Amino acid sequence: MKKAVEILEKIQKNFPDKIVKSNMEVCQPFVVIVPEAISEVCAFLKEDEAMAFDSLMCLSGVDYKGSKTEEERLEVVYHLFSVSQRHKFVLKVELVRETPVVPTVEGVWGIANWHEREAYDMFGIRFEGHSDLRRILCPDDWVDYPLRKDYVPPETYQGMPAAASKQFAELAQEGEELGTDPYRAG
Amino acid sequence: MQVEAYAGEEMILNMGPQHPSTHGVLRLELETDGEIVKKVIPHIGYLHRCFEKHAEKIDYLGVIPFCDRMDYIASMNNSLGYALAIEKLLQLEVNQRVQTLRILMAELNRIASHLLSIGTYAMDIGSFTPFLHCFREREKVLDLFEWLCGARLLYNYNWVGGVSHDLPTGFIEKTREFLRQFEPVITEMDKLLSYNKIFIERTANVGIITEKQAFSHNVTGPNLRGSGIRWDLRKEEPYCGYETYNFEIPVGLGKFGSLGSCWDRYYVRVREMEQSIQLILQALDRLPEGDVQETVPKRIKPSKGEIYDRTETPRGELGYYVISDGGLIPFRVKVKSPCFTVLSILPSIAKGAMVADIIAIIGSIDIVMGEIDR
Repeated sequence: MKKAVEILEKIQKNFPDKIVKSNMEVCQPFVVIVPEAISEVCAFLKEDEAMAFDSLMCLSGVDYKGSKTEEERLEVVYHLFSVSQRHKFVLKVELVRETPVVPTVEGVWGIANWHEREAYDMFGIRFEGHSDLRRILCPDDWVDYPLRKDYVPPETYQGMPAAASKQFAELAQEGEELGTDPYRAG
Repeated sequence: MQVEAYAGEEMILNMGPQHPSTHGVLRLELETDGEIVKKVIPHIGYLHRCFEKHAEKIDYLGVIPFCDRMDYIASMNNSLGYALAIEKLLQLEVNQRVQTLRILMAELNRIASHLLSIGTYAMDIGSFTPFLHCFREREKVLDLFEWLCGARLLYNYNWVGGVSHDLPTGFIEKTREFLRQFEPVITEMDKLLSYNKIFIERTANVGIITEKQAFSHNVTGPNLRGSGIRWDLRKEEPYCGYETYNFEIPVGLGKFGSLGSCWDRYYVRVREMEQSIQLILQALDRLPEGDVQETVPKRIKPSKGEIYDRTETPRGELGYYVISDGGLIPFRVKVKSPCFTVLSILPSIAKGAMVADIIAIIGSIDIVMGEIDR
Protein backbone atom coordinates (compact mmCIF):
# COMPACT_ATOMS: atom_id res chain seq x y z
CA MET A 1 0.00 0.00 0.00
CA LYS A 2 1.57 3.26 -1.09
CA LYS A 3 1.26 6.54 0.71
CA ALA A 4 -0.19 9.53 -1.08
CA VAL A 5 3.19 11.28 -1.24
CA GLU A 6 4.73 8.25 -2.95
CA ILE A 7 1.94 8.21 -5.52
CA LEU A 8 2.46 11.93 -6.10
CA GLU A 9 6.19 11.38 -6.60
CA LYS A 10 5.52 8.65 -9.14
CA ILE A 11 3.21 10.94 -11.10
CA GLN A 12 5.73 13.78 -10.87
CA LYS A 13 8.49 11.54 -12.19
CA ASN A 14 6.53 10.35 -15.19
CA PHE A 15 4.50 13.49 -15.98
CA PRO A 16 6.67 16.32 -14.66
CA ASP A 17 5.01 19.20 -16.47
CA LYS A 18 1.42 17.98 -16.30
CA ILE A 19 0.71 18.74 -12.66
CA VAL A 20 -0.95 22.05 -11.84
CA LYS A 21 -1.00 21.74 -8.05
CA SER A 22 -1.45 19.21 -5.31
CA ASN A 23 -2.61 19.12 -1.74
CA MET A 24 -1.34 16.38 0.56
CA GLU A 25 -2.54 17.99 3.79
CA VAL A 26 -6.24 17.22 3.53
CA CYS A 27 -7.66 13.86 4.63
CA GLN A 28 -8.05 12.77 0.99
CA PRO A 29 -4.97 14.11 -0.83
CA PHE A 30 -5.45 15.17 -4.43
CA VAL A 31 -3.49 16.24 -7.47
CA VAL A 32 -4.75 18.63 -10.13
CA ILE A 33 -3.71 17.52 -13.60
CA VAL A 34 -3.66 19.51 -16.81
CA PRO A 35 -6.87 18.57 -18.69
CA GLU A 36 -5.16 17.41 -21.89
CA ALA A 37 -3.06 14.83 -20.01
CA ILE A 38 -5.69 13.22 -17.80
CA SER A 39 -6.25 10.25 -20.08
CA GLU A 40 -2.53 9.37 -20.18
CA VAL A 41 -2.11 9.83 -16.43
CA CYS A 42 -5.08 7.57 -15.72
CA ALA A 43 -3.85 4.91 -18.12
CA PHE A 44 -0.41 5.03 -16.48
CA LEU A 45 -1.88 4.78 -13.00
CA LYS A 46 -3.85 1.72 -14.02
CA GLU A 47 -1.11 -0.13 -15.91
CA ASP A 48 1.82 0.53 -13.56
CA GLU A 49 2.34 -2.44 -11.24
CA ALA A 50 3.15 -0.42 -8.15
CA MET A 51 0.16 1.87 -8.64
CA ALA A 52 -2.41 -0.63 -10.04
CA PHE A 53 -5.43 1.67 -9.80
CA ASP A 54 -7.81 -0.81 -11.33
CA SER A 55 -11.01 0.69 -9.98
CA LEU A 56 -12.60 4.07 -10.59
CA MET A 57 -14.68 4.61 -7.49
CA CYS A 58 -16.40 7.76 -8.69
CA LEU A 59 -16.19 10.43 -11.37
CA SER A 60 -18.00 13.62 -10.44
CA GLY A 61 -18.49 17.03 -11.93
CA VAL A 62 -18.42 20.05 -9.63
CA ASP A 63 -19.41 23.65 -10.36
CA TYR A 64 -17.57 26.18 -8.23
CA LYS A 65 -19.51 29.26 -9.35
CA GLY A 66 -20.75 31.28 -6.42
CA SER A 67 -18.30 29.74 -4.00
CA LYS A 68 -16.95 32.27 -1.53
CA THR A 69 -13.56 30.65 -1.29
CA GLU A 70 -12.81 29.02 -4.64
CA GLU A 71 -12.41 30.63 -8.02
CA GLU A 72 -15.14 30.10 -10.56
CA ARG A 73 -14.58 26.96 -12.62
CA LEU A 74 -15.92 23.54 -13.49
CA GLU A 75 -14.08 20.55 -12.14
CA VAL A 76 -14.03 16.83 -12.81
CA VAL A 77 -12.95 14.77 -9.81
CA TYR A 78 -11.70 11.19 -10.19
CA HIS A 79 -11.64 8.98 -7.11
CA LEU A 80 -9.28 6.07 -7.76
CA PHE A 81 -8.83 2.88 -5.80
CA SER A 82 -6.52 -0.08 -6.12
CA VAL A 83 -8.08 -3.38 -5.10
CA SER A 84 -4.77 -5.24 -5.12
CA GLN A 85 -2.72 -2.56 -3.34
CA ARG A 86 -5.50 -1.09 -1.21
CA HIS A 87 -4.56 2.53 -1.73
CA LYS A 88 -6.71 5.46 -2.81
CA PHE A 89 -6.03 8.67 -4.64
CA VAL A 90 -7.90 11.65 -6.02
CA LEU A 91 -7.24 13.33 -9.37
CA LYS A 92 -8.84 16.58 -10.34
CA VAL A 93 -9.12 18.50 -13.57
CA GLU A 94 -9.98 22.19 -13.65
CA LEU A 95 -11.96 23.46 -16.62
CA VAL A 96 -13.07 26.83 -17.90
CA ARG A 97 -16.81 27.30 -17.49
CA GLU A 98 -17.44 28.57 -21.01
CA THR A 99 -15.75 25.72 -22.88
CA PRO A 100 -15.29 22.71 -20.59
CA VAL A 101 -13.53 20.03 -22.65
CA VAL A 102 -11.51 17.12 -21.29
CA PRO A 103 -10.38 13.79 -22.83
CA THR A 104 -12.34 10.72 -21.88
CA VAL A 105 -11.00 7.97 -19.62
CA GLU A 106 -13.48 5.47 -21.01
CA GLY A 107 -10.64 3.36 -22.40
CA VAL A 108 -9.10 2.95 -18.96
CA TRP A 109 -12.20 2.08 -16.91
CA GLY A 110 -15.41 0.95 -18.58
CA ILE A 111 -17.61 2.60 -15.97
CA ALA A 112 -16.31 6.04 -16.98
CA ASN A 113 -18.65 5.80 -19.98
CA TRP A 114 -21.76 6.28 -17.85
CA HIS A 115 -20.19 8.58 -15.28
CA GLU A 116 -19.01 10.92 -18.04
CA ARG A 117 -22.42 10.89 -19.67
CA GLU A 118 -23.85 12.03 -16.37
CA ALA A 119 -21.24 14.78 -16.01
CA TYR A 120 -22.11 15.94 -19.53
CA ASP A 121 -25.83 15.81 -18.79
CA MET A 122 -25.61 17.72 -15.53
CA PHE A 123 -22.75 20.17 -16.21
CA GLY A 124 -22.22 20.33 -19.94
CA ILE A 125 -18.64 19.04 -19.73
CA ARG A 126 -17.66 17.60 -23.11
CA PHE A 127 -15.51 14.48 -23.06
CA GLU A 128 -13.36 14.17 -26.17
CA GLY A 129 -13.27 10.71 -27.64
CA HIS A 130 -16.32 9.45 -25.80
CA SER A 131 -18.13 6.82 -27.83
CA ASP A 132 -21.66 7.80 -26.92
CA LEU A 133 -21.86 11.27 -25.35
CA ARG A 134 -25.55 11.91 -24.83
CA ARG A 135 -27.80 12.70 -21.92
CA ILE A 136 -28.42 9.92 -19.45
CA LEU A 137 -30.76 11.20 -16.74
CA CYS A 138 -32.56 14.09 -18.41
CA PRO A 139 -34.68 13.57 -21.54
CA ASP A 140 -32.76 13.73 -24.82
CA ASP A 141 -34.16 17.10 -25.83
CA TRP A 142 -33.61 18.86 -22.49
CA VAL A 143 -31.83 22.19 -22.74
CA ASP A 144 -29.23 23.57 -20.41
CA TYR A 145 -27.35 21.75 -17.69
CA PRO A 146 -29.27 21.27 -14.43
CA LEU A 147 -26.56 20.96 -11.78
CA ARG A 148 -24.82 24.20 -12.74
CA LYS A 149 -25.20 26.83 -10.07
CA ASP A 150 -26.77 29.36 -12.44
CA TYR A 151 -29.34 26.93 -13.84
CA VAL A 152 -32.86 28.30 -14.30
CA PRO A 153 -35.50 25.61 -14.80
CA PRO A 154 -37.64 26.08 -17.93
CA GLU A 155 -41.24 27.23 -17.69
CA THR A 156 -42.57 24.47 -19.92
CA TYR A 157 -41.23 21.27 -21.40
CA GLN A 158 -42.95 20.11 -24.59
CA GLY A 159 -46.08 21.98 -23.57
CA MET A 160 -46.22 20.65 -20.00
CA PRO A 161 -45.63 23.10 -17.13
CA ALA A 162 -42.16 22.48 -15.73
CA ALA A 163 -41.68 25.22 -13.17
CA ALA A 164 -42.88 24.56 -9.64
CA SER A 165 -46.25 26.11 -9.02
CA LYS A 166 -46.85 28.20 -5.95
CA GLN A 167 -47.57 26.37 -2.74
CA PHE A 168 -50.94 26.95 -1.09
CA ALA A 169 -49.27 28.67 1.85
CA GLU A 170 -47.70 31.22 -0.48
CA LEU A 171 -51.02 31.86 -2.22
CA ALA A 172 -52.82 32.28 1.09
CA GLN A 173 -50.23 34.77 2.27
CA GLU A 174 -50.73 36.77 -0.88
CA GLY A 175 -54.39 37.08 0.02
CA GLU A 176 -56.02 34.62 -2.33
CA GLU A 177 -59.19 32.89 -1.21
CA LEU A 178 -58.50 29.20 -1.13
CA GLY A 179 -61.53 26.98 -1.29
CA THR A 180 -61.60 23.24 -1.04
CA ASP A 181 -60.95 22.60 -4.75
CA PRO A 182 -58.06 20.13 -4.89
CA TYR A 183 -57.44 20.69 -8.59
CA ARG A 184 -56.70 24.34 -8.34
CA ALA A 185 -53.67 25.04 -10.51
CA GLY A 186 -50.95 27.35 -9.12
CA MET B 1 -32.16 8.37 -31.88
CA GLN B 2 -30.41 7.83 -35.22
CA VAL B 3 -32.21 5.56 -37.63
CA GLU B 4 -29.63 3.33 -39.26
CA ALA B 5 -30.20 0.97 -42.13
CA TYR B 6 -30.92 -2.46 -40.78
CA ALA B 7 -30.60 -5.67 -42.73
CA GLY B 8 -34.31 -6.10 -42.43
CA GLU B 9 -34.16 -9.11 -40.09
CA GLU B 10 -33.60 -7.39 -36.77
CA MET B 11 -36.46 -6.04 -34.72
CA ILE B 12 -36.20 -3.14 -32.32
CA LEU B 13 -38.21 -3.99 -29.25
CA ASN B 14 -38.92 -1.66 -26.38
CA MET B 15 -38.91 -3.32 -23.00
CA GLY B 16 -40.29 -0.84 -20.50
CA PRO B 17 -40.44 1.67 -18.99
CA GLN B 18 -43.66 0.06 -17.78
CA HIS B 19 -42.89 -3.61 -17.47
CA PRO B 20 -43.58 -6.02 -14.64
CA SER B 21 -40.07 -7.44 -14.64
CA THR B 22 -37.74 -4.50 -15.05
CA HIS B 23 -37.71 -3.66 -11.33
CA GLY B 24 -38.82 -0.13 -11.77
CA VAL B 25 -38.97 2.32 -14.64
CA LEU B 26 -36.18 1.06 -16.83
CA ARG B 27 -36.40 1.19 -20.59
CA LEU B 28 -34.39 -1.40 -22.49
CA GLU B 29 -34.06 -1.00 -26.21
CA LEU B 30 -33.54 -4.50 -27.53
CA GLU B 31 -32.33 -5.25 -31.02
CA THR B 32 -33.43 -8.82 -31.53
CA ASP B 33 -32.92 -11.33 -34.28
CA GLY B 34 -35.87 -13.59 -33.57
CA GLU B 35 -35.46 -14.58 -29.95
CA ILE B 36 -31.75 -13.79 -29.69
CA VAL B 37 -30.85 -10.32 -28.49
CA LYS B 38 -28.09 -8.66 -30.49
CA LYS B 39 -27.87 -5.42 -28.56
CA VAL B 40 -29.31 -3.98 -25.36
CA ILE B 41 -29.33 -0.24 -24.72
CA PRO B 42 -30.60 0.74 -21.28
CA HIS B 43 -32.31 4.12 -20.99
CA ILE B 44 -32.60 5.48 -17.49
CA GLY B 45 -33.75 8.74 -15.98
CA TYR B 46 -37.46 8.04 -15.64
CA LEU B 47 -37.24 8.28 -11.85
CA HIS B 48 -34.78 11.19 -11.69
CA ARG B 49 -35.87 13.32 -8.76
CA CYS B 50 -32.91 15.71 -8.63
CA PHE B 51 -31.48 14.53 -5.32
CA GLU B 52 -28.17 16.28 -5.92
CA LYS B 53 -29.82 19.60 -6.70
CA HIS B 54 -32.05 19.38 -3.62
CA ALA B 55 -29.03 18.61 -1.46
CA GLU B 56 -27.56 21.99 -2.40
CA LYS B 57 -30.60 23.85 -1.10
CA ILE B 58 -31.30 22.30 2.33
CA ASP B 59 -29.13 21.89 5.38
CA TYR B 60 -27.10 18.80 6.22
CA LEU B 61 -29.72 17.14 8.41
CA GLY B 62 -32.51 17.81 5.92
CA VAL B 63 -30.74 15.77 3.25
CA ILE B 64 -31.25 12.53 5.20
CA PRO B 65 -34.91 11.94 4.23
CA PHE B 66 -33.86 12.52 0.62
CA CYS B 67 -31.14 9.89 1.02
CA ASP B 68 -33.71 7.36 2.20
CA ARG B 69 -35.72 7.81 -0.95
CA MET B 70 -32.93 6.91 -3.31
CA ASP B 71 -32.76 3.19 -2.56
CA TYR B 72 -36.15 2.93 -0.95
CA ILE B 73 -35.75 -0.76 -0.19
CA ALA B 74 -32.64 -0.42 1.98
CA SER B 75 -33.04 3.06 3.45
CA MET B 76 -31.17 2.33 6.66
CA ASN B 77 -28.01 1.69 4.68
CA ASN B 78 -28.45 4.80 2.55
CA SER B 79 -28.79 7.22 5.41
CA LEU B 80 -26.00 5.39 7.27
CA GLY B 81 -23.60 6.09 4.43
CA TYR B 82 -24.45 9.79 4.41
CA ALA B 83 -24.35 10.14 8.19
CA LEU B 84 -20.93 8.49 8.34
CA ALA B 85 -19.57 10.80 5.62
CA ILE B 86 -20.74 13.93 7.43
CA GLU B 87 -19.45 12.63 10.77
CA LYS B 88 -16.03 12.14 9.17
CA LEU B 89 -16.13 15.74 7.92
CA LEU B 90 -17.03 16.93 11.40
CA GLN B 91 -14.56 14.50 13.00
CA LEU B 92 -17.36 13.38 15.29
CA GLU B 93 -17.30 10.08 17.20
CA VAL B 94 -20.50 8.42 18.28
CA ASN B 95 -20.91 6.19 21.31
CA GLN B 96 -21.07 2.38 21.30
CA ARG B 97 -24.82 2.16 21.62
CA VAL B 98 -25.35 4.20 18.46
CA GLN B 99 -22.82 2.11 16.56
CA THR B 100 -24.46 -1.16 17.63
CA LEU B 101 -27.94 0.12 16.81
CA ARG B 102 -26.74 1.23 13.39
CA ILE B 103 -25.34 -2.22 12.62
CA LEU B 104 -28.49 -3.86 13.98
CA MET B 105 -30.75 -1.81 11.74
CA ALA B 106 -28.48 -2.07 8.71
CA GLU B 107 -28.43 -5.85 8.92
CA LEU B 108 -32.18 -6.14 9.51
CA ASN B 109 -32.63 -3.99 6.45
CA ARG B 110 -30.19 -6.20 4.53
CA ILE B 111 -32.40 -9.20 5.30
CA ALA B 112 -35.53 -7.33 4.20
CA SER B 113 -33.85 -6.13 1.02
CA HIS B 114 -32.52 -9.57 0.06
CA LEU B 115 -35.92 -11.10 0.75
CA LEU B 116 -37.50 -8.68 -1.69
CA SER B 117 -34.78 -9.29 -4.23
CA ILE B 118 -35.10 -13.08 -4.04
CA GLY B 119 -38.89 -13.02 -3.98
CA THR B 120 -39.26 -10.76 -7.00
CA TYR B 121 -36.53 -12.63 -8.84
CA ALA B 122 -38.38 -15.90 -8.40
CA MET B 123 -41.56 -14.20 -9.57
CA ASP B 124 -39.82 -12.88 -12.68
CA ILE B 125 -38.56 -16.36 -13.49
CA GLY B 126 -42.09 -17.61 -13.15
CA SER B 127 -42.59 -19.16 -9.74
CA PHE B 128 -44.94 -17.25 -7.52
CA THR B 129 -44.74 -19.21 -4.24
CA PRO B 130 -41.29 -18.03 -3.07
CA PHE B 131 -42.51 -14.46 -3.57
CA LEU B 132 -45.25 -14.98 -0.98
CA HIS B 133 -42.92 -16.76 1.45
CA CYS B 134 -40.31 -14.01 1.19
CA PHE B 135 -42.78 -11.20 1.58
CA ARG B 136 -44.40 -12.84 4.58
CA GLU B 137 -41.03 -12.74 6.32
CA ARG B 138 -40.29 -9.26 5.06
CA GLU B 139 -43.53 -8.01 6.59
CA LYS B 140 -42.28 -9.15 10.00
CA VAL B 141 -39.09 -7.11 9.56
CA LEU B 142 -41.07 -4.09 8.41
CA ASP B 143 -43.34 -4.48 11.46
CA LEU B 144 -40.25 -4.28 13.66
CA PHE B 145 -39.15 -1.09 11.89
CA GLU B 146 -42.60 0.42 12.20
CA TRP B 147 -42.55 -0.28 15.92
CA LEU B 148 -39.12 1.33 16.18
CA CYS B 149 -39.50 4.57 14.28
CA GLY B 150 -42.96 4.70 12.81
CA ALA B 151 -42.11 4.01 9.18
CA ARG B 152 -42.08 0.84 7.11
CA LEU B 153 -39.77 1.81 4.27
CA LEU B 154 -38.37 5.32 4.65
CA TYR B 155 -37.12 5.70 8.19
CA ASN B 156 -35.09 8.92 8.53
CA TYR B 157 -33.35 6.92 11.27
CA ASN B 158 -29.59 7.51 10.97
CA TRP B 159 -28.89 11.09 11.92
CA VAL B 160 -25.55 12.84 11.93
CA GLY B 161 -24.14 12.02 15.36
CA GLY B 162 -26.80 9.56 16.47
CA VAL B 163 -30.05 7.84 15.58
CA SER B 164 -33.56 9.17 15.76
CA HIS B 165 -35.20 6.67 18.14
CA ASP B 166 -34.01 4.35 20.86
CA LEU B 167 -35.31 0.79 21.04
CA PRO B 168 -38.78 0.43 22.56
CA THR B 169 -39.25 -2.03 25.44
CA GLY B 170 -39.58 -5.57 24.20
CA PHE B 171 -37.92 -4.88 20.84
CA ILE B 172 -34.93 -7.09 21.57
CA GLU B 173 -37.09 -10.08 22.57
CA LYS B 174 -39.31 -9.67 19.53
CA THR B 175 -36.27 -9.48 17.23
CA ARG B 176 -34.79 -12.64 18.74
CA GLU B 177 -38.16 -14.34 18.25
CA PHE B 178 -38.23 -13.26 14.62
CA LEU B 179 -34.70 -14.55 13.99
CA ARG B 180 -35.50 -17.87 15.66
CA GLN B 181 -38.37 -18.53 13.31
CA PHE B 182 -36.59 -17.02 10.28
CA GLU B 183 -33.57 -19.33 10.22
CA PRO B 184 -35.57 -22.38 9.09
CA VAL B 185 -37.20 -20.24 6.39
CA ILE B 186 -33.84 -19.82 4.64
CA THR B 187 -33.46 -23.60 4.54
CA GLU B 188 -37.01 -23.78 3.19
CA MET B 189 -35.96 -21.31 0.48
CA ASP B 190 -33.11 -23.62 -0.49
CA LYS B 191 -35.46 -26.57 -0.76
CA LEU B 192 -38.10 -24.60 -2.62
CA LEU B 193 -36.06 -22.57 -5.06
CA SER B 194 -32.28 -22.77 -5.03
CA TYR B 195 -31.88 -26.36 -6.17
CA ASN B 196 -35.03 -26.44 -8.25
CA LYS B 197 -34.18 -27.89 -11.65
CA ILE B 198 -36.16 -25.31 -13.63
CA PHE B 199 -34.65 -22.42 -11.69
CA ILE B 200 -31.16 -23.76 -12.33
CA GLU B 201 -31.83 -24.17 -16.03
CA ARG B 202 -33.07 -20.57 -16.25
CA THR B 203 -30.26 -18.99 -14.27
CA ALA B 204 -27.07 -21.04 -14.44
CA ASN B 205 -24.74 -20.15 -17.33
CA VAL B 206 -26.72 -16.97 -17.94
CA GLY B 207 -25.31 -13.48 -17.58
CA ILE B 208 -21.73 -14.37 -16.70
CA ILE B 209 -19.78 -11.43 -15.24
CA THR B 210 -16.04 -12.02 -15.47
CA GLU B 211 -13.58 -10.57 -12.97
CA LYS B 212 -12.07 -8.22 -15.53
CA GLN B 213 -15.47 -6.82 -16.52
CA ALA B 214 -16.45 -6.51 -12.88
CA PHE B 215 -13.47 -4.37 -11.91
CA SER B 216 -13.55 -2.29 -15.05
CA HIS B 217 -17.21 -1.46 -14.52
CA ASN B 218 -16.92 -1.06 -10.74
CA VAL B 219 -19.37 -3.87 -9.98
CA THR B 220 -19.64 -4.32 -6.23
CA GLY B 221 -21.69 -6.13 -3.63
CA PRO B 222 -23.34 -9.52 -4.23
CA ASN B 223 -22.87 -9.03 -7.99
CA LEU B 224 -19.10 -8.98 -7.52
CA ARG B 225 -19.10 -11.76 -4.94
CA GLY B 226 -21.16 -13.92 -7.28
CA SER B 227 -18.14 -13.91 -9.59
CA GLY B 228 -15.98 -15.44 -6.88
CA ILE B 229 -14.26 -12.31 -5.59
CA ARG B 230 -14.36 -12.09 -1.82
CA TRP B 231 -14.63 -8.32 -1.44
CA ASP B 232 -16.88 -6.77 1.18
CA LEU B 233 -16.40 -3.28 2.57
CA ARG B 234 -17.60 -4.46 5.96
CA LYS B 235 -14.41 -6.49 6.20
CA GLU B 236 -12.02 -4.41 4.06
CA GLU B 237 -12.83 -0.90 5.32
CA PRO B 238 -14.95 -1.54 8.39
CA TYR B 239 -17.18 1.16 9.85
CA CYS B 240 -19.41 1.29 12.92
CA GLY B 241 -17.32 -1.43 14.57
CA TYR B 242 -17.85 -4.20 12.02
CA GLU B 243 -14.28 -5.36 12.66
CA THR B 244 -15.30 -6.64 16.09
CA TYR B 245 -18.04 -8.93 14.79
CA ASN B 246 -17.69 -12.54 13.60
CA PHE B 247 -19.12 -13.11 10.19
CA GLU B 248 -18.15 -14.57 6.86
CA ILE B 249 -18.40 -13.39 3.31
CA PRO B 250 -20.14 -15.85 1.01
CA VAL B 251 -18.93 -15.96 -2.59
CA GLY B 252 -20.19 -17.68 -5.67
CA LEU B 253 -18.58 -21.03 -6.37
CA GLY B 254 -19.78 -21.86 -9.84
CA LYS B 255 -21.70 -24.84 -8.53
CA PHE B 256 -23.86 -25.02 -11.61
CA GLY B 257 -22.13 -23.97 -14.79
CA SER B 258 -19.64 -21.13 -15.11
CA LEU B 259 -18.68 -18.89 -12.24
CA GLY B 260 -20.38 -15.53 -12.16
CA SER B 261 -23.79 -16.59 -13.45
CA CYS B 262 -27.19 -15.40 -12.26
CA TRP B 263 -27.48 -18.43 -10.01
CA ASP B 264 -24.26 -17.55 -8.21
CA ARG B 265 -25.41 -14.00 -7.53
CA TYR B 266 -28.77 -15.22 -6.27
CA TYR B 267 -27.11 -17.79 -4.03
CA VAL B 268 -24.74 -15.21 -2.51
CA ARG B 269 -27.80 -13.23 -1.41
CA VAL B 270 -29.38 -16.26 0.26
CA ARG B 271 -26.19 -17.02 2.17
CA GLU B 272 -25.73 -13.36 3.10
CA MET B 273 -29.04 -13.45 4.92
CA GLU B 274 -27.65 -16.19 7.15
CA GLN B 275 -24.61 -14.05 7.94
CA SER B 276 -26.85 -11.09 8.71
CA ILE B 277 -28.67 -13.22 11.28
CA GLN B 278 -25.33 -13.91 13.00
CA LEU B 279 -24.48 -10.22 12.98
CA ILE B 280 -27.84 -9.24 14.45
CA LEU B 281 -27.58 -11.82 17.25
CA GLN B 282 -24.09 -10.55 18.13
CA ALA B 283 -25.31 -6.97 18.09
CA LEU B 284 -28.24 -7.81 20.38
CA ASP B 285 -25.94 -9.62 22.79
CA ARG B 286 -23.56 -6.72 23.17
CA LEU B 287 -25.94 -3.76 23.09
CA PRO B 288 -24.49 -1.34 25.67
CA GLU B 289 -26.35 1.35 27.59
CA GLY B 290 -26.18 4.92 26.44
CA ASP B 291 -28.01 7.91 25.09
CA VAL B 292 -28.58 7.62 21.38
CA GLN B 293 -28.73 11.38 20.82
CA GLU B 294 -25.82 12.29 23.05
CA THR B 295 -23.53 13.43 20.25
CA VAL B 296 -26.07 14.89 17.85
CA PRO B 297 -24.77 18.41 17.16
CA LYS B 298 -27.12 21.36 17.52
CA ARG B 299 -25.87 22.89 14.32
CA ILE B 300 -24.04 20.95 11.63
CA LYS B 301 -21.38 23.22 10.18
CA PRO B 302 -18.37 21.25 8.94
CA SER B 303 -15.23 23.17 8.15
CA LYS B 304 -14.27 23.64 4.52
CA GLY B 305 -13.26 20.33 3.00
CA GLU B 306 -14.44 17.36 1.06
CA ILE B 307 -14.71 13.65 1.56
CA TYR B 308 -15.59 10.54 -0.38
CA ASP B 309 -16.91 7.84 1.90
CA ARG B 310 -18.36 4.46 1.01
CA THR B 311 -20.38 1.76 2.77
CA GLU B 312 -21.65 -1.68 1.86
CA THR B 313 -25.37 -1.65 1.14
CA PRO B 314 -27.29 -4.76 0.13
CA ARG B 315 -26.73 -3.79 -3.50
CA GLY B 316 -23.07 -2.95 -3.33
CA GLU B 317 -20.81 -0.05 -2.55
CA LEU B 318 -22.63 3.23 -2.05
CA GLY B 319 -20.37 6.27 -2.17
CA TYR B 320 -21.04 9.83 -1.05
CA TYR B 321 -18.78 12.63 -2.25
CA VAL B 322 -19.59 15.62 -0.04
CA ILE B 323 -17.98 19.03 -0.49
CA SER B 324 -18.42 21.51 2.29
CA ASP B 325 -17.66 25.21 1.94
CA GLY B 326 -17.90 25.91 5.67
CA GLY B 327 -21.58 26.84 5.64
CA LEU B 328 -24.77 25.25 6.92
CA ILE B 329 -25.74 23.86 3.52
CA PRO B 330 -23.68 21.28 1.59
CA PHE B 331 -21.93 22.70 -1.45
CA ARG B 332 -22.11 19.50 -3.47
CA VAL B 333 -23.33 16.00 -2.70
CA LYS B 334 -22.60 13.41 -5.35
CA VAL B 335 -23.88 9.90 -4.90
CA LYS B 336 -22.24 6.92 -6.56
CA SER B 337 -24.90 4.29 -6.49
CA PRO B 338 -24.02 0.60 -6.86
CA CYS B 339 -26.92 -0.16 -9.19
CA PHE B 340 -25.82 2.59 -11.59
CA THR B 341 -22.48 0.91 -12.16
CA VAL B 342 -23.86 -2.61 -12.43
CA LEU B 343 -26.49 -1.56 -14.95
CA SER B 344 -23.74 -0.19 -17.20
CA ILE B 345 -22.46 -3.74 -17.62
CA LEU B 346 -25.80 -5.01 -18.94
CA PRO B 347 -25.06 -4.33 -22.63
CA SER B 348 -21.91 -6.46 -22.49
CA ILE B 349 -23.31 -9.42 -20.57
CA ALA B 350 -26.63 -9.61 -22.36
CA LYS B 351 -25.24 -9.96 -25.88
CA GLY B 352 -26.37 -13.19 -27.44
CA ALA B 353 -28.86 -13.98 -24.72
CA MET B 354 -32.50 -14.69 -25.37
CA VAL B 355 -35.24 -12.28 -24.37
CA ALA B 356 -36.20 -14.47 -21.43
CA ASP B 357 -32.58 -14.47 -20.29
CA ILE B 358 -32.61 -10.67 -20.19
CA ILE B 359 -35.32 -10.92 -17.53
CA ALA B 360 -33.21 -13.40 -15.58
CA ILE B 361 -30.15 -11.14 -15.79
CA ILE B 362 -31.93 -7.97 -14.66
CA GLY B 363 -33.46 -9.78 -11.72
CA SER B 364 -30.12 -11.23 -10.67
CA ILE B 365 -28.29 -7.90 -10.64
CA ASP B 366 -30.95 -6.56 -8.28
CA ILE B 367 -31.44 -2.99 -9.41
CA VAL B 368 -33.58 -0.33 -7.83
CA MET B 369 -34.32 2.52 -10.22
CA GLY B 370 -34.64 5.01 -7.40
CA GLU B 371 -30.96 4.59 -6.71
CA ILE B 372 -29.85 4.64 -10.33
CA ASP B 373 -31.72 7.80 -11.22
CA ARG B 374 -31.53 9.47 -7.83
